Amino acid sequence: MVNLIWAFMAIVGIVYAMFNGTMEEVNKALFESANEAVKLSIGLISILVFWLGIMKVAEEAGILKILTKVMRPVVVRIFPEIPKDHPALGYILSNFTANIFGLGNAATPLGIKAMEQMKELSGSDTASRSMITFLAINTAGITIIPTTVIAIRMQYDSASPTEIVGTTIVATGISLVCALLLDRLFYYQSIRRKE
Amino acid sequence: MMGIITAISTWLIPSFLLIVLLTASWKKIPTYEVFVEGGKEGVKLAFSLLPFLVGMLVSISILRSSGALEALINLISPFLIAIGIPPEIVPLGLVRPISGNAALGVTTELIATHGPDSFIGRLASTMQGSTDTTLYILTVYFGAVGIKRMRYAVKVGLLADLIGIIASIIIVTLVFG
Repeated sequence: MVNLIWAFMAIVGIVYAMFNGTMEEVNKALFESANEAVKLSIGLISILVFWLGIMKVAEEAGILKILTKVMRPVVVRIFPEIPKDHPALGYILSNFTANIFGLGNAATPLGIKAMEQMKELSGSDTASRSMITFLAINTAGITIIPTTVIAIRMQYDSASPTEIVGTTIVATGISLVCALLLDRLFYYQSIRRKE
Repeated sequence: MMGIITAISTWLIPSFLLIVLLTASWKKIPTYEVFVEGGKEGVKLAFSLLPFLVGMLVSISILRSSGALEALINLISPFLIAIGIPPEIVPLGLVRPISGNAALGVTTELIATHGPDSFIGRLASTMQGSTDTTLYILTVYFGAVGIKRMRYAVKVGLLADLIGIIASIIIVTLVFG
């Protein structure tokens, strides 16, 4: 899908330029934008190094574990089908904690572990209710600090690179709550259809 | 209310940093060494983003410099403006659920063109940060454990994305509009 969109944008642009007489601009923009992208990636290094370094310290200091403990009672309620002391819950919690801190690379393996545990519970190749709830939360996103976005804003000389953290948290919260509600709605709909 | 959101934005990161460093020092963790070790990941991450950014930025710049993007936006903007959506944001809305790195490219382009502190720049920043890449997550997680029937998962994910986009537009308009 992304392949289609990517190729489509360039193809439409080049064909349009043929008839619009803007080929010269296209030719210039092509190399300028490639150059810009490289400069940007280099510029991103500063904040990514800083943030991932701090997150590593937070992890070693046991801050992720504290958060997991705090969230446990809520998570037990969101996943009524998983027994309270099942290891699946532990993986789900660690996945959420990693996501909250923007540790995408750490979150994915933990999430896959959680999925494996949930598959053992359901024992079929059809998505279980808990799996869909888990992925609904993951797709809605639960990041609190959007590091990469802040880095890009810094690169383009924003007067206040972090001013969008608040709006991001509110928007994430709304989409998260709605994802959970939709998940419940479709679940009860699917039960009704079976009856 | 809006003052509080802006205040949280500026205080959150320094306060978090303070808590992390205090806790780590109290637990006698070699903070500097651990920091350096974690930071190395950041270098890798920035370089792995490079090809994604080059690809997306070039493709969008072709579309923009040819004049095709402007023509397209002019064509659809009356409808979008009628329902309160800034037309410039449409490409980001389309790419966001499909590919995170591609969306990052689009966000970057919007910030570069309109400026990070413009309405579009702030909206793109919020949209990029507020939802995750639905199709990627479903593919990776369901694929990893061999789930063949996804049931209503795709529906939930994409609808939540749509709500996230609408919520971003509303909240950014309220706070910065």
